[in-house]
Amino acid sequence: MSFLDNKIPLGHWVESGLDFLTEEYSSVTRTISDVTENAIFGLNDLLFDIRPELLIVVFALLAWKVGYWRKGLFAGNWRLGVFTAVGFALIYNLGLWDSMLESFTLVLFATVVAVALAVPLGILAALYEGMYRIIMPVLDFMQTMPAFVYLIPAIPFFGIGPVAAIFATVIFSMPPAIRFTTLGIRQVPTQLIEAADAFGSTKAQKLLKLQLPMAVPTMMAGINQTIMLALSMVVIAAMIGADGLGGDVWKAIQRLQPGKGFEAGLAVVILAMVLDRMTQKLGQAKRQSK
Amino acid sequence: MPKIRVRSLSKVFGNNPTPALKLRDKGLKRPEILEKTGMTLGLSKIEFDVNEGELLVIMGLSGSGKSTLIRCLNRLIEPTEGSVEINGQDIVKLDNKGLLRFRRETFGMVFQHFALFPHRTVLENTEYGLEIQGVDKGSRAKKGLEALQLVGLEEWADAYPDQLSGGMQQRVGLSRALAADPDILLMDEAFSALDPLIRRDMQQELLDLQTRMKKTVIFITHDLDEALNLGDRIILLKDGEIVQEGSPEEILTHPANRYVERFIEGVDMTRILTANAAMTPARAIGYLNDGPRTVLHRMRENGMDRMLITTRERKLCGLVEADVLNEAVKRGDRRIQDLLITDLHKVSEDEPLNNLFPLFDERSYPIAVVDEQDRLKGVVVRGSLLAELAQAATVESGQKDNKQAQPEGEHIV
Repeated sequence: MSFLDNKIPLGHWVESGLDFLTEEYSSVTRTISDVTENAIFGLNDLLFDIRPELLIVVFALLAWKVGYWRKGLFAGNWRLGVFTAVGFALIYNLGLWDSMLESFTLVLFATVVAVALAVPLGILAALYEGMYRIIMPVLDFMQTMPAFVYLIPAIPFFGIGPVAAIFATVIFSMPPAIRFTTLGIRQVPTQLIEAADAFGSTKAQKLLKLQLPMAVPTMMAGINQTIMLALSMVVIAAMIGADGLGGDVWKAIQRLQPGKGFEAGLAVVILAMVLDRMTQKLGQAKRQSK
Repeated sequence: MPKIRVRSLSKVFGNNPTPALKLRDKGLKRPEILEKTGMTLGLSKIEFDVNEGELLVIMGLSGSGKSTLIRCLNRLIEPTEGSVEINGQDIVKLDNKGLLRFRRETFGMVFQHFALFPHRTVLENTEYGLEIQGVDKGSRAKKGLEALQLVGLEEWADAYPDQLSGGMQQRVGLSRALAADPDILLMDEAFSALDPLIRRDMQQELLDLQTRMKKTVIFITHDLDEALNLGDRIILLKDGEIVQEGSPEEILTHPANRYVERFIEGVDMTRILTANAAMTPARAIGYLNDGPRTVLHRMRENGMDRMLITTRERKLCGLVEADVLNEAVKRGDRRIQDLLITDLHKVSEDEPLNNLFPLFDERSYPIAVVDEQDRLKGVVVRGSLLAELAQAATVESGQKDNKQAQPEGEHIV
């Protein structure tokens, strides 16, 4: 019998660690959970209350106009506007309207949290070599670890429901936003940094007046990726009780209803395409004004 | 007190400079030091002064350390040893806060590739220095616009840098450096990325600005023509050491060594050299109140058949020919006033040589070099002009020791 056969109790260690965290901090995590859940349900209820026809028009107008604010009253991306109107009308018609709104809320919350965490981390990694060396391997880990694994600790922390889903989604979708923020800041040409230095900028002034503004287009590309990854988590998140289109997909799987499954899947695709094109336009709009 | 005073400034690139400096003190040069220690001696014991209002050009080929040197002045690169005193204050000893203040208030810098901030408008670029000093929005916009007016770009205030041509972008770079009204302008190859015509214009504009604003300017370039055109004084740098320091004329006419000679290869000497260089003193002259006989006698003594005539104060009057004098003596004329040829070409000492060529006509009279009071300083004859150029050409081909024969005297003056 070789020493290799003595199993290292790695899983046991992780569990003890998680148990410890749950016991010590569950009151904190539960509070976070309650607050977030209220916010999510509140936003959902608000969206449910608006007449779908009106909301479709609002979404379509937004899609038409995004990235064209400063280019005149009638300038806009009419193709994306029409696509959004038709696509969302189809979702409504298929009876998936409420699910779509729930998924939308979930993605929105997950993205906001992910970006709020990712941007400072990305800045730290860009400015400090030591942080870069720590953060980058962690990102590799976060992205390659199967996303399902995050669901397991999410439940003891936040309980079954949308908040646990958001927790897992944030971890899974955050890396590109961090990476692109770091990249965007590091891409600022050294001669511009030198110029800022020559005029006596402090570190903070350099960051706020030069590095971050110049990194915005790249950061927007990262945020776009984050949104797409968040949306891809929607189906998985349904396993731990998040509502939305993922739930419909799961029901179709369990009842072996390929037609229903396709309908729900198509709704995810439509939502993904609308969000993707809109955020892409947002990034490009920034680029053009430069 | 000089405005800037640099003493034994050295820079070693690498993490352990001490052994490199020790080897340098033993007399080793850059390549050996690099081989022995793996460290690059960027600058070695640089010393110079810059006076208030002076335009100093630091010239050298790439790798000579000129960019390192200018960055050591505002510590964009930290010097390894030595001092940089600005108005008597050693900025190498300043803490971070003091350094920032110096950079904000004392220095304006212009970069080779403009280094404008692409996400800011022209005006916002110009305002940058004021903005980080915390100047309020209204007065910094006012000062920014004034700086743009200096370079003639106030109409482009709301444009973005990428909408401007290269020359205009560098004007913005210049106005950004001027906006905070610094004492010292650091210009790092500021015009090197511009095409030759624009470059000439910009040089002229800088000189105009300089006469108006009296900034102290340190200008880096690898281009000798530019250095000669701009510099009150030129410092030549090679392998991190000063090879020669002097006025443009000194560097051209007395190159310190082969390196400097090689540097001045290809310079259009006719544009740089002035009448002063080709001028010879008039060997003998006649005076206006001399009689024809006296002048004729002096001509024979000196073997000349023409002579310049001046007043006793050496004010140039004209030229007489020997045969005309002969006639006059036979006729018994006593005044030479009426015999003078007065339509001579007169130039001042700093007239470029290439302007002298067209002045030689078929009469092959000498060109008189005079000062502001019209007093005769010397003459340029065709032979000495050509000889001076020939000598300049030998300098260019690096054979200066093989000196040209003295000018073939035309024995006219």
